[in-house]
Amino acid sequence: MTPRILASTVGRILRQLRHDPRTIGMLVVVPTVLLALLYFMFDDAPALFDRIALIMLGVFPFIVMFLITSVAMLRERTSGTLERLLTTPLGKLDLLFGYGIAFGLVATVQAAVTTGLAYWLLDLDTAGSPGWVVLIAVTNAVLGVALGLLASAFARTEFQAVQFMPVVAFPQILLCGLFVPREGMVGWLHALSDVMPLTYAVEGLQQVGRYAEPTGTMWRDFGVVAGAVVLALVVASATLRRRTA
Amino acid sequence: MANAVEVADLVVERGGRRVLHGMSCTIPRGSITGLLGPSGSGKTTLMRAIVGVQIVKSGRITVLGHPAGSPAVRHKIGYLTQTPSVYPDLTVRENARYFASLYPGVTASDADQAIRDVGLAEAAGQLVRTLSGGQLARASLACAILSRPELLVLDEPTVGQDPVLRDELWKKFRDLAAAGTTLLVSSHVMDEASRCDRLLLIRQGRFVADDTPAAVRAEAGTDDLDEAFLRLIRRQEVAA
Repeated sequence: MTPRILASTVGRILRQLRHDPRTIGMLVVVPTVLLALLYFMFDDAPALFDRIALIMLGVFPFIVMFLITSVAMLRERTSGTLERLLTTPLGKLDLLFGYGIAFGLVATVQAAVTTGLAYWLLDLDTAGSPGWVVLIAVTNAVLGVALGLLASAFARTEFQAVQFMPVVAFPQILLCGLFVPREGMVGWLHALSDVMPLTYAVEGLQQVGRYAEPTGTMWRDFGVVAGAVVLALVVASATLRRRTA
Repeated sequence: MANAVEVADLVVERGGRRVLHGMSCTIPRGSITGLLGPSGSGKTTLMRAIVGVQIVKSGRITVLGHPAGSPAVRHKIGYLTQTPSVYPDLTVRENARYFASLYPGVTASDADQAIRDVGLAEAAGQLVRTLSGGQLARASLACAILSRPELLVLDEPTVGQDPVLRDELWKKFRDLAAAGTTLLVSSHVMDEASRCDRLLLIRQGRFVADDTPAAVRAEAGTDDLDEAFLRLIRRQEVAA
């Protein structure tokens, strides 16, 4: 990795996004609108809203960033820019971390806006500080970026890339403890849930909801998700071939 | 080291089919070598092998004294892909400056100079997605030449350009070669062949000729390079 190349790659990806104001608008507004829907759905059950909205704050950035990244990376492959980049001094990690950092920055804005509005306008109530919620949400977003980069290696077309979202994201959302408490799952489902990074992200958020101060469990969960990010990026780097047929 | 590129017994297979059959050639430094042949003859595959992004079955390629694709040569080569490979959602200038930033010692003003060199100065602030086909190809070309590489591999750089611009681009290539750059330029238009110092005629993954345009003409006994290509192929078919 070269810091100069990494920095200019981050700048390039953000500049591309800047020329697409509609995408920026949707990134910032859509999660808040969805949370508002939840707020009115659970009008008479604020405790339930608190529980679900908190988890959604972690799930939205994961899904959105997964989709955006897998499409962006697929574009690099199909447009020939990836092939050109790989004939230059750019290292594979410059590109992968470039996407991770650029979309991580975007996710920080998204998470800050969504979390802020959830607390101020939608009366979200947690025992812990909103700052921890933002931290976990951004980590989830970067997890989405890393898995998106990895998934795009297995997609030939946009149709395939988009369908990796249900493949990669849905099982994690179903098994993360949002719909059925993990303790109630049969053994093999519980085991599956144990190896899915989103499970730890959700548990971390639940810790913030329950306790005023960051707990050991929350830090462990944060560590697991961060580790999953690094692992996914390393595997993505291994699947990114300089030479192709 | 007189040769910028040395290819020895290069074999490439794609989709289980052999597309390059043990090709060997050398490309002298500071010259323009034309790689000519019909569509599907293996021009792009050979170029991709030279810039180090093609999986090769066997054979050896040395580029500027190093194995093709090795980190030691990546900052010394420029590659123009056949389909323009620039970011449609960036301006011409943003594209050029990004690609410039990937090379040590190449500055934003080098990027701006390359944009002027390809005649896109007035469109520099325009989003690439709004460019015409010819402008798009030139934006991509600017990103290949901006690092002033020692070896420039250009896959059909003049397709779709109007005759005046095409002439200007060839003058630019000539200037680059005079300054010491080695150029490998592919084309399927024979009238461009006469502008090259050397010609590599390729057909079905094999070289049909590897010589100067004058020698190719003399060998085939005709001044028309199109006709010369045809005669050389026929002669080899008879021999085989």
